[in-house]
Amino acid sequence: MKLRPAAKKKIVQVAGFFLLRVCLYLVLAVLLLFLYDVGKKGGGSISWEFLSQAPRRGMTEGGIFPAILGTFLVTLITAALAIPLGMFTAIYLNEYAKQTRITRAIRLSIRNLSGVPSIVYGLFGVILFVNILNFGTSILSAGLTLGLMTLPWTITASEEALKTVPNSYREGALALGATKWQSIRTNVLPYALPGMLTGTVLGLARAAGETAPIMFTGAAFSLPILPKSLGDQFMALPYHLYIMATQHHDIAKVRPLAYGTALVLIVLVLGMNMAAVVLRYRLRRKRR
Amino acid sequence: MSANKPKIEAQHLDFYYGSKKALKDINLLCYENRVTAIIGPSGCGKSTFIRTLNRMNDVIPGAKVDGQILLDGESIRSPKVDVVDLRKKVGMVFQKPNPFPKSIFDNAAYGLRVNGLRNRDKIAEIVERSLTEAALWDEVKDRLDENAFSLSGGQQQRLCIARALAVEPEVILFDEPCSAIDPIATAKIEDLIQRLKAKYTVVIVTHNMQQAARVSDYTAFLMLGELIEFGETERIFTAPSNKLTEDYITGRFG
Repeated sequence: MKLRPAAKKKIVQVAGFFLLRVCLYLVLAVLLLFLYDVGKKGGGSISWEFLSQAPRRGMTEGGIFPAILGTFLVTLITAALAIPLGMFTAIYLNEYAKQTRITRAIRLSIRNLSGVPSIVYGLFGVILFVNILNFGTSILSAGLTLGLMTLPWTITASEEALKTVPNSYREGALALGATKWQSIRTNVLPYALPGMLTGTVLGLARAAGETAPIMFTGAAFSLPILPKSLGDQFMALPYHLYIMATQHHDIAKVRPLAYGTALVLIVLVLGMNMAAVVLRYRLRRKRR
Repeated sequence: MSANKPKIEAQHLDFYYGSKKALKDINLLCYENRVTAIIGPSGCGKSTFIRTLNRMNDVIPGAKVDGQILLDGESIRSPKVDVVDLRKKVGMVFQKPNPFPKSIFDNAAYGLRVNGLRNRDKIAEIVERSLTEAALWDEVKDRLDENAFSLSGGQQQRLCIARALAVEPEVILFDEPCSAIDPIATAKIEDLIQRLKAKYTVVIVTHNMQQAARVSDYTAFLMLGELIEFGETERIFTAPSNKLTEDYITGRFG
């Protein structure tokens, strides 16, 4: 047997790997440059005072505590809507629904909804939650709007996680006299949960950084007091940043504070993403 | 041996996957406390047949059954029959060992717990008894908390058998139980099947003719969805009455 010379193949392979590596480095470079820039310009503003106090003197002094609190509260509402509804919808679609033309259409619509611009969700939220349901401009309206926006992501991520569960786990349970729900609860969900939660937290992190859906539904330019109930308006990090970066009467003066706000928001979102990764790792290890 | 009493009766059984007819007018008896082997070339409907006996095919979209299956003379397809209850009576062991991602103990106890047994001592007792019955207890008694995936393939399959035995079925269906494991583990499982028939009615699908000859009392030969021949294993393998059966067991095709 005669072996073919490997040189030509090898060159192609080396060139291919090189190209892939360049792509990766490019993406990483953009991300690092961005983090470095925000960190350098905003790092100086970060202090305990900045994190724990309200803005003063037309936002030129003080901190961003109301915005941090507002973003936290609104994300809680988002989670309360998007997590259970998304997971149960995914369970129904993947485990119970017959795979007909209608379910395929529903699934396609859900995929499409995840591509709808966030401002459209914002306007929809104004009509549904603020006006029709009469929740007013409030934490509740904004959180529910963000929840609707996150739903397609949590449903899709949860369904993908359910699809990775081997069918033999379902059949094995049924063959032992388990009901369908028992087989799902004890044999399918524990296996799919890490993937479901990761997808969900990633969706929430994205929602926490959104401006468009909350600016008409509850986020306020500036508030003298902290919100007392879910029916109150609130300040939020992304909206606060938007105002200081574009709407303020003295943009140059508040720039360091704007960068500081951006840094806090980025750390918050990165932190949630990291939490998702750690959570998945923990749950997977526990199962082994 | 007591007189042969039919446990399962299939009468004029047809099965369709969508428009494809997978089983054609099957009439077959499985006797109580006997091992019935179903043999035949790939795609002949062996697995489809065995999966109709505990209505496992119910979950397949587009599947349709005609005809009758009787368990102790009662139709298992009647709307009055609770399929969950049926599957407790008719247990199943699958082709590929399919332990759940849980501890060995929790695997063996799974069927008991989903059926509502809460008493810990009782569960532990039945788990030990089933693992012993499945000839696995001595190998796992010191590591019951370990994940079932740490077992070898043959051990996993015996765990799946123990899991099925724990719910005290009357019939156990084996769907090519040895096709994914090595010869030594296979010998253990064949030995086990031989002993199980004292207490249970066993139906086994196999593509291994020697295995059918070794473990079964009755053999059914299926081809292209039709039952070609059915009878006592000894007669089927020594004096088949149908030419197709003879060709198959002598290895001329399949």
